[in-house]
Amino acid sequence: MSRAQLLERITDQSNRANPYPLYEELRETPAALQDNGSYLVGRYYDVAALLHDPRISSDLHNRRAGMPGADRADNGGPAFIRLDPPEHDRLRRLTTRQFGPPHMPGRVDSMRGELADLVSTLVDNLEGKDRIDLVDDFAYPFPVSVICRLLGVPREEEPRFHVWADALVASIEPTRDSDSDAKMKAAQQAQMEMGMFMAGLIEERRKNPGDDMLSGLAADHHDGGLDTLELVTNSIMLFIAGHETTVNLITNGMLTLLRNPDELDRLKRHPELMPLAVEELLRFEPPVHLVPQRTPIVDVEVGGVTVPKGSPIVLALASANRDPERFTAPDRFVPDRADNQHLGLGSGIHSCFGAPLARLEGQMALNELIRRLPNPRLVEDPPPYRPNPVLRGPRHLMVDCG
Amino acid sequence: MSSDMRVVIVGASLAGLRAADELRRLGFDGPLTIVGDEPYEPYDRPPLSKAVLLGIMPPEHATLPARTDLDAKWRLGVPATALDLEDNRVVLGDGDSVPFDKVLLTTGVRARPWPKPEESDLDGVFTVRTLDDSRRLDERLSAGPGHVLVIGAGFTGSEIASVCRERGLSVTVTERGPAPLVGALGGVVAAVAADMQRDHGVDLRCGITVARLEGDGQGRLRRAHLSDGTALDVDVAVVAQGSIRNTEWLAGSGLAAGPRGVACDAGCRAFDLNGLVTDNVFVAGDIARQPHPLYDYQLIALEHWGNAIGQAEVAAHNMIHEGLHRRPHLDIPAFWSSQFEVNIKSVGIPTYSDQVVVSQGSVEERRFVAAYGFRGRLTAAVAFNHGRWLDFYRGLIESAAAFPPDFAVMDRTDPWEVRSSELPDPAILSHGPTVSVTGHLPTERHVEFVSAPK
Repeated sequence: MSRAQLLERITDQSNRANPYPLYEELRETPAALQDNGSYLVGRYYDVAALLHDPRISSDLHNRRAGMPGADRADNGGPAFIRLDPPEHDRLRRLTTRQFGPPHMPGRVDSMRGELADLVSTLVDNLEGKDRIDLVDDFAYPFPVSVICRLLGVPREEEPRFHVWADALVASIEPTRDSDSDAKMKAAQQAQMEMGMFMAGLIEERRKNPGDDMLSGLAADHHDGGLDTLELVTNSIMLFIAGHETTVNLITNGMLTLLRNPDELDRLKRHPELMPLAVEELLRFEPPVHLVPQRTPIVDVEVGGVTVPKGSPIVLALASANRDPERFTAPDRFVPDRADNQHLGLGSGIHSCFGAPLARLEGQMALNELIRRLPNPRLVEDPPPYRPNPVLRGPRHLMVDCG
Repeated sequence: MSSDMRVVIVGASLAGLRAADELRRLGFDGPLTIVGDEPYEPYDRPPLSKAVLLGIMPPEHATLPARTDLDAKWRLGVPATALDLEDNRVVLGDGDSVPFDKVLLTTGVRARPWPKPEESDLDGVFTVRTLDDSRRLDERLSAGPGHVLVIGAGFTGSEIASVCRERGLSVTVTERGPAPLVGALGGVVAAVAADMQRDHGVDLRCGITVARLEGDGQGRLRRAHLSDGTALDVDVAVVAQGSIRNTEWLAGSGLAAGPRGVACDAGCRAFDLNGLVTDNVFVAGDIARQPHPLYDYQLIALEHWGNAIGQAEVAAHNMIHEGLHRRPHLDIPAFWSSQFEVNIKSVGIPTYSDQVVVSQGSVEERRFVAAYGFRGRLTAAVAFNHGRWLDFYRGLIESAAAFPPDFAVMDRTDPWEVRSSELPDPAILSHGPTVSVTGHLPTERHVEFVSAPK
């Protein structure tokens, strides 16, 4: 019976700080049926296969009535993270045209200078303080500023975006609780307000284009271009995905390094190892623990278990990343780990859109923090965690310096 | 692993370097010699028909990275001319010879030259296989030739035609078969490739060969005469008619080596002419003819980048392991190409098929997966701008899934239309016999090479 409750235990806030023993239990079964009808999958090879399976939908319209999430199929508009091919492909392709190669090969790289300035200004502000909250003082403001600049959201609007983003993220959950309806309502409200704001901003960028992504998206008529609803919905999605995850990457990263002082020391002496260390962080403490909204459009078999068509499948990326069948010593943080094909950024057609930017942000932030923070020490371990089991990370990370 | 065992690798390209790397990674610390006929350090070939020819990648950037502690003796710029298995030594073109305890053969292929030397010597006639080839052709394309002729529309020819169009050059492609890439992908998918070329402004002529290349009297290419009696004024002709395996140097070695490659077991150990497996001669890369259980254990040589790496790693492992510790090479073959704004990826062996079905996406938009089957079993899948799905098909191939696939997928609502893949039956031999068995007493019987009839 306890296995049937696994998803609830993973979702339970009291297990947020260390869900890894639960994942170990999860990996005993290929697909664990939960009381709410979901199937929880946590073995590396199963998760990887399902991420590449063209029978597995990301569109909640394919959920059977009564299944968790089925009633949310119409929420949030056509964001490509919630769509299947061919609509997904068209929207993602058009968005990619403004973000990366082959059309914009220099987009991320050209932000290096700005990123370095942002990072060093934020660390300047920490100087002389005995105690800092790494989340509020650094890990949150940094990616928010980056995504605002990338999209072309005016800096002074950041606080409003913060509130909206919190409401939207709170509604992403693999299970329902007593607050679910209230959270859903708040999310819908935030989506609407943010949408109105975005629509206005897009109108403004149409008239006065800049070199930001919104201007590019608004002006691109390739393949029919994005209509206003698509543009608004997807820019909101990019905004949320573009920072809620990076906050966790940086915070989990600092937490992990502070727990492994020898490794912190080594990275301080060898900053060139940081790109590898960030890959290991994406494996060891990934910013996204669960992918909760997959649904098979036909009956599929997962390790001998038949998952019926229309059932929710929850893919536990963080569990797959610690699967001893795939990784040697999976519970050890090994910054220069070889053969590290983790699923921390997903895989397949929905693999993290912003991955090149997230990696760069993580590398630059952590290198600057460990280079400049004098003698950093954890105040409490574990730190308090955000309630969200999907986008998992500390709410605060108090660090003493000096 | 302290060792006096002498290892020689013949062939200093992707497979040879990868094997050397892997030997050291596995702890082999004995003497290691790498022989290569080109004067350069090992380099990567896929960019030679793409980024280098486009002028966006300096040729020297194609150099392959190697571990710093490789500690190998390099014999570059000198070809191996013979393999002496009585004395266990590799004879080099400069008269020197290198003794070995174990040898790995990775001599790869070379471009098939234009058959008439007086025509292939004309200034303006190119092949593309080596760094020098690519550098020279890039220079010529940068000079803005009036019209380019590409002879042969396999992957190399098609990629070069794509580069020419991207550079704004006018280009004619001649192809002996009914469509580009037909030999690798079959008629159904090749028809899509033909449309792609024409949409990009290639003057594509299928069912046509080049009869004669004509010079201007000063040694420069001026004109090409085609098999249909027409002629084209051209400044550049790129001969892309496939490749020849570099196995001639093994004649007389006693190995099962010939124009189709060097036969070996699944562990990359070469077979001798009698079909006996050797224990000290290993083979990897384009020349290795290896049995694959999923393809009925037929001996198949594959000119794929990933195949060279996979075999090199297995060969390296098996050179320093014995018996049950040896590994088979069981990767599912895979390759990619990029041309005409389409990324083509393949898993499995598409030529090993009798039927094909478009299983995902849209052919009209050139974003699709075509699944190939042979006698009711899925044997390959080819994606045009849809490569992220191929891991799924790799799983189906590995599990010997039924063909045609019988399940729904997200991006396809039309009923499946299964068609003939328009490929020759893989069960039919493509080459005639090249050996004969001689001797009468059981103790005398052995195999000898016979020259294939011309």
